Amino acid sequence: MSMTQHAEPAVTTPPAPGRKESDGRTAQRPLALRLLARPEVGVFLGAAAVYVFFLIAAPPVRDGSSMATVLYQASTLGIMTLPVALLMIGGEFDLSSGVAVLTSALTASMTTYQLTLNVWMGVIVALIVSLAVGFFNGWMVVKTGLPSFLVTLGTFLILQGANLAVTKLVTTNVATDDISDMDGFDQAKKIFASSFDIGGVQVKITVFYWLVFAALATWVLLRTKYGNWIFAVGGNKESARAVGVPVTFTKISLFMLVGLGAWFVGMHQLFTFNTVQSGEGVGQELIYIAGAVIGGCLLTGGYGSAIGPVFGAFMFGMVNQGIVFAGWNPDWFKAFLGVMLLGAVLINLWVRQSATRR
Amino acid sequence: MTSTPETGTHGAIVTDTAPESSDGAIVELRGAGKSYGNIRALHGVDLKVHAGQVTCVLGDNGAGKSTLIKIISGLHQHTEGDFLVDGAPVRFTTPREALDKGIATVYQDLAVVPLMPVWRNFFLGSEMTKGPWPVRRLDIEAMKKTADTELRNMGIVLDDLEQPIGTLSGGQRQCVAIARAVYFGARVLILDEPTAALGVKQSGVVLKYIAAARERGLGVIFITHNPHHAYMVGDHFSVLRLGTMELSASRAEVSLEELTNHMAGGSELAALKHELSQVSGVDVEELPEEKDLTAPVASAPEGKA
Repeated sequence: MSMTQHAEPAVTTPPAPGRKESDGRTAQRPLALRLLARPEVGVFLGAAAVYVFFLIAAPPVRDGSSMATVLYQASTLGIMTLPVALLMIGGEFDLSSGVAVLTSALTASMTTYQLTLNVWMGVIVALIVSLAVGFFNGWMVVKTGLPSFLVTLGTFLILQGANLAVTKLVTTNVATDDISDMDGFDQAKKIFASSFDIGGVQVKITVFYWLVFAALATWVLLRTKYGNWIFAVGGNKESARAVGVPVTFTKISLFMLVGLGAWFVGMHQLFTFNTVQSGEGVGQELIYIAGAVIGGCLLTGGYGSAIGPVFGAFMFGMVNQGIVFAGWNPDWFKAFLGVMLLGAVLINLWVRQSATRR
Repeated sequence: MTSTPETGTHGAIVTDTAPESSDGAIVELRGAGKSYGNIRALHGVDLKVHAGQVTCVLGDNGAGKSTLIKIISGLHQHTEGDFLVDGAPVRFTTPREALDKGIATVYQDLAVVPLMPVWRNFFLGSEMTKGPWPVRRLDIEAMKKTADTELRNMGIVLDDLEQPIGTLSGGQRQCVAIARAVYFGARVLILDEPTAALGVKQSGVVLKYIAAARERGLGVIFITHNPHHAYMVGDHFSVLRLGTMELSASRAEVSLEELTNHMAGGSELAALKHELSQVSGVDVEELPEEKDLTAPVASAPEGKA
């Protein structure tokens, strides 16, 4: 309890309402400092710096189609980073999110092909499976009180193994069969994996979804009861419960939201490539978590934003593609990521200290 | 350890267990107790909380203060005696039921989320919303305005309700928690050691708000182990020791000195004094004798329950 021991105003009379307009103890901090205390400002500056850096270092980046590639890369990451960030603000992790994307795509693909159904049936089955995985994660975490790190590490291994084993069992191959000639494929591809033209540049539809989801997540987080609850269960679960926040509902629904994201990205992958490689997705979960942390979300929960991870994902896409455009060895990508992550963590640390200091 | 042969003077203050009109007490305990298995944590406790009065419950660590709070706030159920709210016997199974009866507890950890803004903490779990369902959203304007008004009514002036509540001092946080309980319809406020972690000045601020809550007509149960703090605001004092009521007296019947002696162990101290007097170099002249403790002593007759 070594809180700031500011002297209270030495008032001996009973408290009178509206005694004075201000308590006179909080000097208005400079605007720049207040802005920096926002969770998304640090990462915005970082993303801008990376962008400018590659504009200079890699001339091809200046091209509109290059930017579309960067945004596409960022969007597939970003759509998953959003629910992962919300979950992190809610105080939990999901290590199974990377392979859950594959599970979703594999489920849709195999259900459709093996049973010769309309692809939409597969899409719906995949949605149910994804939500069920999310529910299982959330339910286990809430009911057992185990750290979500452990629970979802278990789900991660289960899904990783099941992805491979079930696919081999069903298709006798490590990849699913091509479903591009199935009923409803073209329609689903339009929804999940089409492109549209903006000023002569082909932009993938996921970019559009990504930004819409980000706006929606921001609104929910800052303007609704549910958003309030997310911050509360991540910030102090016991306190939240004591004042009547439905902690169980909030946590389980957050895990299911990650399932929803995994389903969406899984569908995008399926309808982009027509077939799914069952061994992929491993390691992606850490990229999503890194994106959320770079985006200013606190690893321990209770703090963060939905817009920060958008910039975080953009930074990823920018670095990933920028290295290629600059003609460097793409092997450097992960090293870059590591540096960005550490930098973001340090900035977050500093920001939080200056934000909570008076 | 539950046998306390403290069969001193029977205090006239202590009510009989025979049913009688509860003379307007909001919360009343009659011979209440609580056993955890074969451990009797609380036994034969009588307590009355009236509107506009501060009832102080004092006691050393392990005296049963926490158990008492837990019964009244609905976290645990009593296993003996009666617990009445507005004269009707009750048995709460969840804190929510106690809240619905207007009994709000401000716990030591305050039930606040440190990184969230003051106004969000104030309304957490009972947010104000506006708009139809798909776009139902927080009514931020109204919440901020209400929080500010309520805090000012309690005499708390904050410049910036957007600041994380963790940046407030311990005393201020305590006051916000009290104001929140008052706003959400509390008739009885249970304060669990609100001054325990605070410095002298901050404690003073909290005591001021306890007095303010009393002025607003709330019944306050002030749990503390500091007799000085208790005596500043208390109307009635109950001292718990080893799970039983050692003292139950109104302000007129007990002096601060007596209260302090009771808190410090009273008769045990007198015994200790004799032991200490045999140790050379310890000056025991200033220590009180047992006979100095003249306040009415409540004692629960053994085996009654």
